[in-house]
This record gives sequence, structure tokens and C-alpha cells, in this order.
Amino acid sequence: MRTYKRWLPPLLLISPTLVLLSVFVYGLLAVNVQTSMTDNHTSAQAAGVEPSVFVGLQNYLDLLGSDSFQHSLKNLLLYTVVFLVGTMAFGFLWAWLLDRPMRFEGIFRSVYLFPMAVSFVASGVVWRWLLNSNQGEQASGLNRLFQIVGLDFLQNNWWNNNSVGITAIAIPAIWQLSGYVMALFLAGFRGIPEELREAARVDGATEWKLYRHVLFPQLGPVALSAVVIIGHMSLKAFDLIMAISKPANYQTKVPAIDMYQLKASFDYASSAAVGSILLVIVAVLIIPYLVHLAREGRR
Amino acid sequence: MRRVSKAALTAALAATALTFSLAACSDDEGDKPDAAGSEVEVFTWWASGSEKLGLDALVKVFNTQHPDVKFVNGAVAGGAGSAAKELLQTRLQQKNPPDTFQAHAGAELTDYIKAGQLQDVSNLYDEFKLRDAFPADLVNRLTVDGKIYSIPSNIHRANVVWANPSVLTGAGLDATATYATIADWMTAMDKIKASGKTPLSVATTWTQVHLLETVLLAELGVDGYSGLWDGTTAWDGADVTGALTTFQKLMSYTNTDRDGLDWPEATQLVMDGQAAFNVMGDWAVAAFEEADKTAGTDFTYFPVPGTDGVFDFLADSFTLPVGAPHPDGAKAWLETVGSLDGQTAFNKAKGSIPARTDAKASDFSEYQQTAITSFGQDKIVSSLAHGAATPIAWLNKISEATSKFTTGATDLAGFQAELATAAQG
Repeated sequence: MRTYKRWLPPLLLISPTLVLLSVFVYGLLAVNVQTSMTDNHTSAQAAGVEPSVFVGLQNYLDLLGSDSFQHSLKNLLLYTVVFLVGTMAFGFLWAWLLDRPMRFEGIFRSVYLFPMAVSFVASGVVWRWLLNSNQGEQASGLNRLFQIVGLDFLQNNWWNNNSVGITAIAIPAIWQLSGYVMALFLAGFRGIPEELREAARVDGATEWKLYRHVLFPQLGPVALSAVVIIGHMSLKAFDLIMAISKPANYQTKVPAIDMYQLKASFDYASSAAVGSILLVIVAVLIIPYLVHLAREGRR
Repeated sequence: MRRVSKAALTAALAATALTFSLAACSDDEGDKPDAAGSEVEVFTWWASGSEKLGLDALVKVFNTQHPDVKFVNGAVAGGAGSAAKELLQTRLQQKNPPDTFQAHAGAELTDYIKAGQLQDVSNLYDEFKLRDAFPADLVNRLTVDGKIYSIPSNIHRANVVWANPSVLTGAGLDATATYATIADWMTAMDKIKASGKTPLSVATTWTQVHLLETVLLAELGVDGYSGLWDGTTAWDGADVTGALTTFQKLMSYTNTDRDGLDWPEATQLVMDGQAAFNVMGDWAVAAFEEADKTAGTDFTYFPVPGTDGVFDFLADSFTLPVGAPHPDGAKAWLETVGSLDGQTAFNKAKGSIPARTDAKASDFSEYQQTAITSFGQDKIVSSLAHGAATPIAWLNKISEATSKFTTGATDLAGFQAELATAAQG
């Protein structure tokens, strides 16, 4: 009777969430995986008029073997690397600058954070114009700006480059999320007790040594969180690419776009397979982090 | 301790009950008893511009013909119909269809037909006497295994070139010249290029597919082009290679920012005098008129070189989905769509032409009159880029191959091989 009272109320309390999660997240994940292992490639099968049969991992093999999907994966990798390195670098730099006592700190902080308040779709519309690929006489956007300031050689076709064009789309993404990373790092800096700095200074550490040996090591967990948050956002990249480019544009294709396109072609099985592959990629990033957090918590 | 757990228990129970009652509520929705035919939900992507005007005009006719049926506008904006198609796909999947929906007539309907989501409306063709009103060529194209699944509301022509005469004269060309072949046309483009303007404006992938289809039509002829869709023309043949080579060369005359634009922006380049030619369907005429441009002086139009005497058609049409909640309302709507008054009012506003042959040409604008004449006497072929020629999946494969090719990720041989693979399904 006693134990019953101990575990039942909390269980009841979380049960709505549990039920919703298990149906709408884990249940649908299972349906997705199941769909991805069938030959459900036509509208008739999608509507259940014709039967679909189990084909195992065939859809995955077909996808991973196709040039087109490999191109998407390569784009995703490039985008993630540039986006991550960019936001981390700018975010850290700004946080480091703002950490020193300076005037107008609040204004700068807001200025850097503001882009995050804009939706990817809204900023994408503006960036599509800025990243116009016309050069020479018909140039507009950034290419025109380069001409005006006399840096003509910097003109390029931005996201219309087939091999590295996707990195141009990382530019607005970096612009939008560096401020967020800055806020994380700034909180990290502020969380370090003043006594540590004072102690280091008393011991004769130079300003550089203070950062190198005392402050940076303490920012590890913050950096890890930032990498995970930015990383998983980047893996799910969709809206920004849709707003700047078009879903049918080959040069800026990523798996999420493929998923959308395949679904529109009534190819539910392949679309589900792309979804599962994305889930696995995100899991590779998130699970070690969760394990790490759990270990920290236990300590 | 005891009190806390009791409170927690109550809260938990309340939360659970709330969840279930919410779920129960949403079940009831949409089950309200309605006399069948009292209303009709018409699902379209006509939410703005000339399309919206056309729909409004059609609704006006509908309200006079069927005052007892309430029109419910189910228009979904965005992405030239792609947002609407997404939503439609979901609704049909959930067996919650609108009473009638807009779809491109032709092969694009195949997916819905195969999925058993559309009803045969051939009896309505007899009831409304539409078989004689529409050209036989068109009715044949809409017939699948002896059944017809939609009623066309309007016809568009895809193989039209829009040109800016002042750009042409500026490059030392005769603005009234027409070109017998694409090769001749490209000779003229060389001169325009030399004058510093863009010879041919094009936009994102689907407009490139649109251009590709007109090139295929020009180079392969009517039978060769139509054969691409029924398997009688081989995609890996030498004549297709020739057409693709022409397409490649044509693309070299186009604007470099094409992938970021949609068709209105590409047409705008011609209006603004930055580009000389644009290949676009005849809905472009509405854009020119909206900008107060006069046909003949501010802009000219002619069939894509090599396709004179051919009408590359696409049509919007309305369907009767299986399980439509108000089938009588839907039938009333379809009657208006097929009627002479409905087609005249709709097409006058939208800028397309009526599918009916008995419409009075004098009711329409100058461009529309030429289109009506051509539609009456030209050979009719189905448009690829607009869903008349192929099912959606095939078109999407062709689009991807085209985008891959025009961004330089494949060479011509690779492009042709991918097109051939796409044709095998």
C-alpha cells in the first residue's frame, strides 16, 4: 500500500505526456521505419488501393547508392561544417569581446542577438536577393556591393555553385545564430566566479594566460551544448534553403529537401527512408551528448 | 505528504481527462448534418492575381445559375500550387476530400485515378452535353480507359515566346521578324548578347523544364514529342541528343541568376528591357497587361520557333473526388465550370481561353483571340512542365535531371541517360 502511493501519483502525472510521446513520437517513428522498408512508391500504394510488400533495406541501399542522394549528404556535411565553425567562431569572439567591461555592452548584445528573432523564411527572402548570382553589369545584392567598394574579384555565383554553393546558404544561418552562441558563451563567462580571476591575477597570470588556463577550460560544457544545438539545427536545415533557393534546385539539395520532394512524388517509402537516415544522423550527434549529460548528473 | 499526493493525483486525473475529452471533441468536428448539395467546397490554388479574378467571375456565374448552393472557397495560396497540392494529397489520404478540386487535366490526374480517389464524370459529360462542346482532340486526351475524370475550365498554351521589341531593335534586329527554327533564333540571340542584354530570360527549374519541352517539341515534331510520353520515341535516340544539344546551347543565352527567380521575375526582365525573349505559357499576357504594356508596341509574342502550328496545351480542370461530402453541390459547380457562361466569364478574367469551341472570340482580348484561333486549327500536344503529359513522379525525375544538367553537375550524355531512366519509371 505504501509503495503504491509512492509511485502511482507521479506516474499518473506524467502519463498524458507519456501517452502523447509514445503515440506521436515513438509510434510514428516506428510507422516511418516500417514504411521505409516497403515498396510503397506509387500513389495507389500510398492510398492503400494496391498492396505494398516488405523489401527490407532495399530503399536505403538504393538511396545511398544514388549520385543524387550522395550529393545531398555531401551538401549537408558541408553546410553543417561551415555553419558550426562559423557560429562558434563568431559567437565566441563576440562573447569574449563583450566579456570585458565596456560601454554600450547592452546595445551590442542586442544587436548581435536580434537576427535570431527573425524567422529563417523572412530573412531568406532578403538573403535570396543579397546572394543574387548575377555578375558584371547585371549584378545586384552583395555582388553589386563588391563592385561599389572596388572588390570586383570577390564577386561569385554564391549558392549557384554546384559543388560548394550550399556554403553560401550557411552565411545567413551564421548571421542569424552567432548571437545565440554568443549569449551561451557570455553566460558561461559570467558563470565563472570572479574569485578565480582574481586568484589567477594574484598568482601573476597575464590576461592571455588567464583566459587560456582558467576561463576557457571552464567553457567546455557550454561549447558542447552550443555544438549540439547548432549541429542538430543544421542537420534539419530546410526552411532557409526553401526560402533562398527552390526545392527543385539540384545545387542546394539536402536530405530534408529530398524527403519533401519524394513525398510530393507519392514515393512514400523512399521519403520515409530519407527521414530515417536523417534521424540516425541526428542521433549520432545527440546520443553521446545525452549519455555525457547523464554521467555528469550522476556524479 | 498525504495531502500533496492527493493534489497530485487530482491534477493528473484532470490532465488525463482533459486530453481525452479534447480528443473526443475533435472527433465530432465535420460531422454536422448538412443537406447534401447545400454547399460546395471548391479547392484551388487560385488565391491571387488574375487567377483570383477568374475564380471570382466564375463564382458570380455560379451564384446566378445555382443560387441555392453556397460556394465555400477552399483556395490555398503559395508555391504556384505546390502548397495546395501538398494539402490536397493529405486530405485525400485521410479520406476527407473537398467537394471538388482543381487539377491539371491529363496525366497529372493519373496518380489520383490509380489511387481510386476520383469518380468517373463521363455521365456528366452526357448530362451537360459537353462532348460536342469541347474539341474531340481534347476529350480524347482526357479519356483514360474510356472514362473521364475531370471537366476542363480553361486552356493555356505553353509554347509562346514573349519578346521586347525595343531590345530587339536596339541590337539591330527586326522586331517583327519570326524565326523558322531554333538555330535561326539563336543567330539573333548572338546579336542581342553582343548588345549587352540577356538574350533569353528563364527562371527556376520548372521554367527550364518548360523551355526544354518546347525545344523537344520544336526538334522532334508533334509525333516525336508525343511519342516520348507513350514510349514510341526512344529517349536515348540520336534525335533526342540533338534536341538536348540545342537546349544546352539555348541555356548558354540565359540569365545567370535564373535559379533564384520564378516566372514573373523572368517575364519582368523582358518587360524592363533587360532581356529580349522569354518562353512562358500564355498566362504571361496577364502580367504584361497588368503592367500596362500594349501588345505589338511594348511586347510581342509568337510560337516558339519550330513549333508554329502546334498548340502545346495545358488545362485546369475540376474533379469529383470519391467520398465528396456534397456531391450534388460539386455537380452544380461542375455544370457551371462546363457551361458557356462560366467559361466565358472565367477566361475573360484569367486571360486563358475557353475549352468550349462555341465561345465567341470577340468577347476576348487580342492575344486570346489568336490563341482561340490556334486552338481551333493547330495540332494539340500535351505540356510536360504542367502535368498534362506525365504523372507527377516522372515529371519530378525529369526536373531533377534538368536542374542537375543546367547547374553543371552532369554532362549531356549523363542528362540523356537520366531522362531515359526516368521514362522507365
